Formats: sequence, structure tokens, C-alpha cells
Amino acid sequence: MRNREMAGKIIIDTERCKGCGLCVIVCPKNSIVISRHSNKNGYFPAQVNNINCTGCAMCAIICPEAIIEVHRDNNIAAVESAKKDRPSLIEEKA
Amino acid sequence: MKTVFTRTATLKDCPTHYCPGCGHGIAHRLIAEAIDELGIRGRTIGIAPVGCAVLAYDYLDVDMIEVAHGRAPAVATGMKRTNPDKIIFSYQGDGDLAAIGTAEIIHAAHRAEQLTVVFINNAVFGMTGGQMAPTTVLGQVTATTQKGREAIGEGYPLQICELLAVLPGAIYIERCSVYNPAQVRKTKKAIKHAFELQVNGAEGLSLVEVLSPCPTYWRMTPAKAMEWIEKEMTKTFPLGCLKSFELTK
Repeated sequence: MRNREMAGKIIIDTERCKGCGLCVIVCPKNSIVISRHSNKNGYFPAQVNNINCTGCAMCAIICPEAIIEVHRDNNIAAVESAKKDRPSLIEEKA
Repeated sequence: MKTVFTRTATLKDCPTHYCPGCGHGIAHRLIAEAIDELGIRGRTIGIAPVGCAVLAYDYLDVDMIEVAHGRAPAVATGMKRTNPDKIIFSYQGDGDLAAIGTAEIIHAAHRAEQLTVVFINNAVFGMTGGQMAPTTVLGQVTATTQKGREAIGEGYPLQICELLAVLPGAIYIERCSVYNPAQVRKTKKAIKHAFELQVNGAEGLSLVEVLSPCPTYWRMTPAKAMEWIEKEMTKTFPLGCLKSFELTK
């Protein structure tokens, strides 16, 4: 169910994240948080909740480490079902 | 699933040594993306500065050289004159370009050298411990201006872009920032345009100044540092294109 609604997906390389939190403030869907558990380098990395993600790539654009990879769903049915819940950036662009 | 954003090939797949929230990482990525989009990776030579970005050659997968403090435009001049088919860019901080290397950049601009300069302005000397730089804004507290910078005695902030824009040899001067994703996109456009001018043989120097955060020595969180650029730093260093150049092709 959740997977069907998802329009975007981001992958953060948490072992290389320095926890600066810039992606957390720029995310328009508030779907990134700072983790409670530290990584190998002792930083508290950004952690993602992909349910609300629209694949706008704002987080990846601001990330100083360039460790965020963004994917967006081309499947129109999935994008449509995501639109019903809340306005997304994909809707604005269409 | 379509990949919308991923690491570009010119940016080496390794962690950087920069502090959390530093703007150098963003600037490196923008340069790497501009080089890849123009397809000039094989014939680009970069010049790393002295400063925090001294290890830029470890992160950018193009030929790079490290030169003496502030002398990047002088070395770039020699490189461009002997290899006119190569794309030469220098990556310099404000301690490098606006303090010890002011003479070099002004003379490179007045000789109309075909160079691309990326100037990272973070208003302090980051590598040495956050001392006052020529670009430190009035009232800013640094390690050497503990009561805030005062114009009388410590001088006014040096506005390199305004200084160079009056020279006929400088053809493209733009000041951008990285405080939010929209500004990062504009910065990328500016950096790409600066490279494009050199690729197309436009005669003159192109410089892009990037207002970049230094959360460690501004004693702020990365988010606060970005806000400080937007609210305070842009008062002294207004964003925008100071000199534009249209390609006739």
C-alpha cells in the first residue's frame, strides 16, 4: 500500500553523512530526520522516511557531501495516487 | 524508478575532509557537474588554492595542480598561454584570492586572460582558525576581531566582484550563494556559463563568487549559517550578475 503511493525515493549513504542537517531543513515534506544512532565516524546521520518523498531532489542539491541519490517513479498510477493525498511537487510540474 | 539525481563522474567517490555543513562540498559538486555537462573532463586543468580547499585535487577527477598562496591566476596565465586548447580554472578562497592574491587576480583580469575563476567567499580564514579576512563583514566576530570588525582600524569588507567588474578585461562577473536549493541551482548555471565562455573562446576573465558558509568559525549550526548568509552577508555582498557576456554563436 505504502509502496504504491510513493512517488520518489532517496538513498542516503549514512556512513559518509556528517549530520549537518541541511537536507532536513530543505525537505518540503519533512521526511528526513537526524538519526539517534551514530555512524562509524561518530556523526549522527540523516535518516529518511520515504513514504512522503516526491523525488524533488532538494536534499541532494543542498547536500555538501553529494551522498544522496534520488529516484522518481515514472509510473503514472503511483504518482496519481500520491497526488490524491496531498499536493506534491510532481503535480506542480505537470 | 528513474534516477533523478546521482553523484557525477568527475566528483571522486570518496569522503571529503570538510566540516559538516561546509559550502566547499557543494561548490566542488557544481564544478564537477558543469565539467561533465560540457564534456570537457579530458582537457580541463584545475588549480587548487591554499586554504581549506587545498585538497580539492583529491575530490575532482581532472588534472589539477597546487600552487603558492594567491598565485593561481598567475600560474593559470602561463598554463593558458602555453596550452590555449586546454580549459583552465582556478578554485580560490577569500584568503587566497582577496587577501594575498589580490594583485594576481586584478592583473589577470586587466590582461584579459581567458580563465575561469571560482571564488569561494566565506568571510573568514577558515583553515588557520577563523581569523578576520579582508571579506569579513562589519561587526562580524572572528578570532582576531573579538568585538566585531570595525571600519576604522580594521577596514571595510573588500568587494572583489565590484572591483573587477570595472575592468574591461573581465567579461563575466557574477556573485551567487548556496544558502538554499534555488541559489545552488543559480550558482551551477553561473559556473557552467563561466566554463562555457572559455570553451567558446570568449576573450576575457570570468569569475563566479560563491558566498559559502563556514559554520565552524562563524560558531553557528549549519542551518543558522545558511540563514546568516541570506540575512546578513548578502547586505554587504549583494547577489547578482555584475557583468554579463552574451555568446554570439
